Amino acid sequence: MDIIIYGTINSIALALMALGFTLVYGISRLPNFAHGALYVITGFIVWGFINTLGLNYFLAIILSLAITGLIGAAIYQFVLIRVRGMAISEIIASYAIALAILEGLRWGGFKGMTYTLPVFMEGGVEIFGVPVDLQRLIVVGIGIVVVAFLWLFTHYNKIGLALRGMAQDERAAMMLGIDSDRMAVIAMALGSVLAGLAAVVLLPLGNIVVEAGYRVLIFAIAVCIVGGLGSWVGAVLAAFIIGFAQIITVAYIESHFHMVVALLAIIITLILRPSGLFGRQKELEERV
Amino acid sequence: MATEERRRERLDRGIKVRTEGIYAISTWQEMAYLLVPRLVLILGILMLPLVIPSLYWQRVISIVCIYALLSLGFDFLAHFVGLVSLGGAFFIGVGGYLAAILSTSLGLPPALTIPIATLVGGAICTFLLLPCLPLRGIYFAIVTLMYPLVLAKIIEALDILGGTDGIAGVASFQSRWVEQYFIIVMVIISLFGLRRLVNEDVGLVFRGVKDNDQAVRASGISITLYKSIAVYIASALGCLGGAYLVHLYMWAGISLFALDFSILPIAATVIGGGGTLVGPLVGSFILVPISELLRAFGTLRIVFYALILMAFIVFGSEGIMVYAQRKYHQFERWVKV
Repeated sequence: MDIIIYGTINSIALALMALGFTLVYGISRLPNFAHGALYVITGFIVWGFINTLGLNYFLAIILSLAITGLIGAAIYQFVLIRVRGMAISEIIASYAIALAILEGLRWGGFKGMTYTLPVFMEGGVEIFGVPVDLQRLIVVGIGIVVVAFLWLFTHYNKIGLALRGMAQDERAAMMLGIDSDRMAVIAMALGSVLAGLAAVVLLPLGNIVVEAGYRVLIFAIAVCIVGGLGSWVGAVLAAFIIGFAQIITVAYIESHFHMVVALLAIIITLILRPSGLFGRQKELEERV
Repeated sequence: MATEERRRERLDRGIKVRTEGIYAISTWQEMAYLLVPRLVLILGILMLPLVIPSLYWQRVISIVCIYALLSLGFDFLAHFVGLVSLGGAFFIGVGGYLAAILSTSLGLPPALTIPIATLVGGAICTFLLLPCLPLRGIYFAIVTLMYPLVLAKIIEALDILGGTDGIAGVASFQSRWVEQYFIIVMVIISLFGLRRLVNEDVGLVFRGVKDNDQAVRASGISITLYKSIAVYIASALGCLGGAYLVHLYMWAGISLFALDFSILPIAATVIGGGGTLVGPLVGSFILVPISELLRAFGTLRIVFYALILMAFIVFGSEGIMVYAQRKYHQFERWVKV
């Protein structure tokens, strides 16, 4: 029972981390290696608002999500837009941004155990005899809300529909009057907000550390590759597979193997089914 | 609007065209045109340790050469085969740990551990990267990014291979001059070897894999095979650097998987000029000493490389050596349109 409940929670946490990455990749074919950096920086911004400006927790979250969204949009507008379509440059540029942010934070002294965010609600409940604290339940709740929101947004909203159009066929979308660069900025901003949201929800469970940036990036990529790059349904399903695999290894083998499970998942997927669980339409494109 | 209707035209110098075919060379001037840049480079690197007397800076030259090997590998993979490796630290780590194990547990001298670590390490790296080689796209970058992080985590978590303390007591070189010149000669050999390689038939296939893999496949050539050959060459270069580094410091530890080894070669390649193979060398000779001078700033140095890298990529800069080669081989003039 432990495994089922904590596996579910872990899976939804992974899905939250990965959704932003898969959204950006799916829409503009841009591997956003700065995803983990955006995750960490949101945590520090919230912390800064609460502890130095003394803002209300809720207000701090809203403000910092807005700022992260702007950072994401700025990254696209000023840097990535210039290397659009050049795969080597895209990867190097976004990775360089990630390194600049993360190592800059590390240099700025943001390390150690001192940076924590308060939980939303104290206390816990027992589900089928397993104690679960409320914060983890909130993670599950927000995860479901985010997935539902994304589904509604992309099916019943003009911008959302435009984004989906871009994801399916960029040229056709441009012919129908969809501004591909503006949509990519929006996608990047949305992806950054999703990374920030994941940070805000998940960080109260532990400390804010710079290393989380690399970890989150790896988990997000693992989930996306297993699910098929750019496929949202695949990402959610893959999050459950990897999430349960992680909890099972932690329970039965060794507690430090989170990352190893993610790496193994990638390798096995690449060997058996390179386009992922749901990456069918891209199969021809990516497999030589 | 009365805009001047003229543009700049670039033409190859006559001497370049004449010297392209080796049999057509007839004058001393033409020979000098070919030989001077190469000799300046080779003699310059060979003289460097003699010119610089300080022991500290001689050590820095050795480090520069390690980064130069890594950057050569990166440039070769990125601009001739089309694979972006974000994990130079992976190659350094594998080579370094292999050499350290061979040296401490089997007691082999550096003359044996370094070749073994280079050849076997390259094979291990290639094998571990094999799953992502049949695919195009960003998979290679992702997997190479992950390996150093994950391997460092495994060593730390399982406390194998010395855990966080590392492996101490690795044998050192017999003399300082062997130590110094071994790596310099290796860099020169790899540079000219790779330059020769990319102009052979194999090099053509590599470039075909980069530009149009479907066409290569349609010619009945296995892409995975050629990609793994290329990855083997690049990772063997990295492993050579790692093995040498371990013998230089007489110690192997998790810091072999440090980010510097991944990001600095990329920055060196971009600054020096990608696709020239000399560029990465020049880039390392510029960046590594700067990075030594900035040692006091700690991780801020990585921020510094990252920002340089971003600036060079965003502003579409071509790099030092591309520019220099163009000036050397071509002249410009204004022509009326």
